[in-house]
Amino acid sequence: MSSNEIPSREVARRVFADEFNDAAFTFKESDDDRAPVYLLLPTGAKANRVFFVGTLTEKDDVGEDSEYWRGRIVDPTGTFFVYAGQYQPEAAGTLRDLEPPAYVAVVGKPRTYETDDGSVNVSVRPESIQVVDAATRDRWVVETAERTLDRIGAFDDEGNEYARMAREEYDLPIDRYKRSAVSALESLEESDGDELGLGGAGADGSPESTEDLQPEP
Amino acid sequence: MENKVEAIATMSDLRTHAAEIAEQFSEHVDVETSEVEERLETLVDEYRVPVDEARRSVENSYLEEAGLERDEIGQGGNDEVRVADIDEDEQWIDVTAKVVDLWEPRSESIAQVGLLGDESGRTKFVAFETSDLPELEEGAVYRLGNVVTDEYQGDFSVKLNRTTTIEQLDEDIEVGDDAVTVEGALVDIQSGSGLIKRCPEEGCTRVLQNGRCSEHGDVEGEFDLRIKGVLDDGETVHEVILGREVTEDLTGITLEEAQQMAKDALDTTVVVEEMREDLLGTYYRVSGPELGRYVLADEVERLTEPADPEAVLIKARSI
Repeated sequence: MSSNEIPSREVARRVFADEFNDAAFTFKESDDDRAPVYLLLPTGAKANRVFFVGTLTEKDDVGEDSEYWRGRIVDPTGTFFVYAGQYQPEAAGTLRDLEPPAYVAVVGKPRTYETDDGSVNVSVRPESIQVVDAATRDRWVVETAERTLDRIGAFDDEGNEYARMAREEYDLPIDRYKRSAVSALESLEESDGDELGLGGAGADGSPESTEDLQPEP
Repeated sequence: MENKVEAIATMSDLRTHAAEIAEQFSEHVDVETSEVEERLETLVDEYRVPVDEARRSVENSYLEEAGLERDEIGQGGNDEVRVADIDEDEQWIDVTAKVVDLWEPRSESIAQVGLLGDESGRTKFVAFETSDLPELEEGAVYRLGNVVTDEYQGDFSVKLNRTTTIEQLDEDIEVGDDAVTVEGALVDIQSGSGLIKRCPEEGCTRVLQNGRCSEHGDVEGEFDLRIKGVLDDGETVHEVILGREVTEDLTGITLEEAQQMAKDALDTTVVVEEMREDLLGTYYRVSGPELGRYVLADEVERLTEPADPEAVLIKARSI
């Protein structure tokens, strides 16, 4: 079925951090000022909203005049950065109150900004951040691997306009996203019910570096 | 030898055709199979008319005799079809169904319009004045022979017609509700969720905005609990509505408790806040009937079983 005539809510894409952070190109599909802005994913899809589940490993108030919280949220492939300030009071409040590490589910909008050296950073402006359990996180990893593989599988399909756009804008070998999806899945099989030992990690105060949760070699 | 076999085959074929034709017309004119067969034989054997054409010709003569149009007779031996399985236009079928709703006809040419239901679901039906059929009663179960399916913008209905046979059955049918099942992460709980107030006017039940009903103005509202949520599986978005019971079951917060929470906090929004914290960002399977763009949740199940990475790994290897 094609999209409805009535403007419908934008779907929340499933994408791993490594692919999300490789994205830089944004576009609109109409000239309307209020038209949604899409981030082009390298595997060939448009994302106006994302949903991800990961481990909040750090949070900082980086605001100057008012609170502006930055959170690092780690999945098996990399790190999502989320920023929440006065216009996202609920998400900002959650970040303020949370004690890392914790599994969190984030719904939010992709944001890009160009750094001084000309590279583009991608982050997420959260609509909501909620604490979830390990089963939810594992479920997200499997679901996101599947969605990623679906996009890769359709990448060479005739008429896949976002794949064509991705080829033009990024020229990245998409095989790497297949490899990271596979290693994300394998990381689940290895841990197999062990909730990454997170129960104790916060309590003993051992500094858990972000790199520990980075992708498997 | 071959010719003889062929002749016998033709003969028994003709008898089959004759029986079918007699059956088609049995409701309208007095026809004997033997008489039909004789007519067919004359055309096929004496005048070398192909069987199809002979059949057509014989049918036409009976149509004329009975004063019927061709599309008013069935094709004989209709299939009994469940209403949810109707998926083709212009099929002659039989249904056994309960009249679950009768609506006010909008046109003078329509005698009755409403909903028929069986175990599989519901479908619209229309009976026309010109067909001169006995009236169907709401709540009664009928066996309707020889109705024809219709399609409009992807929605199917059945039309009763002059040849439709109506037999009221002394039984009841538990009508199915076309339930759908959707899965996904709950990515939003929308405004109008949690502890709400509804208009108390008879038959209104609108949700009040700041104590006002859009129809009846300022009213003393009645408390209710519900969740308007968004389930998202990364490909499609489904809006779901959870009524009071389902909401109570899922959140463990009863309407009484919710009212107490609001009273203690002097604020009704504490209820939805707690629900958001409890529910957002996790996965659910919701089933219930679809109404417009909403799925009205009869059942909500939190998906807690560990996901299976193995199946996706197999998929990865196949790419």
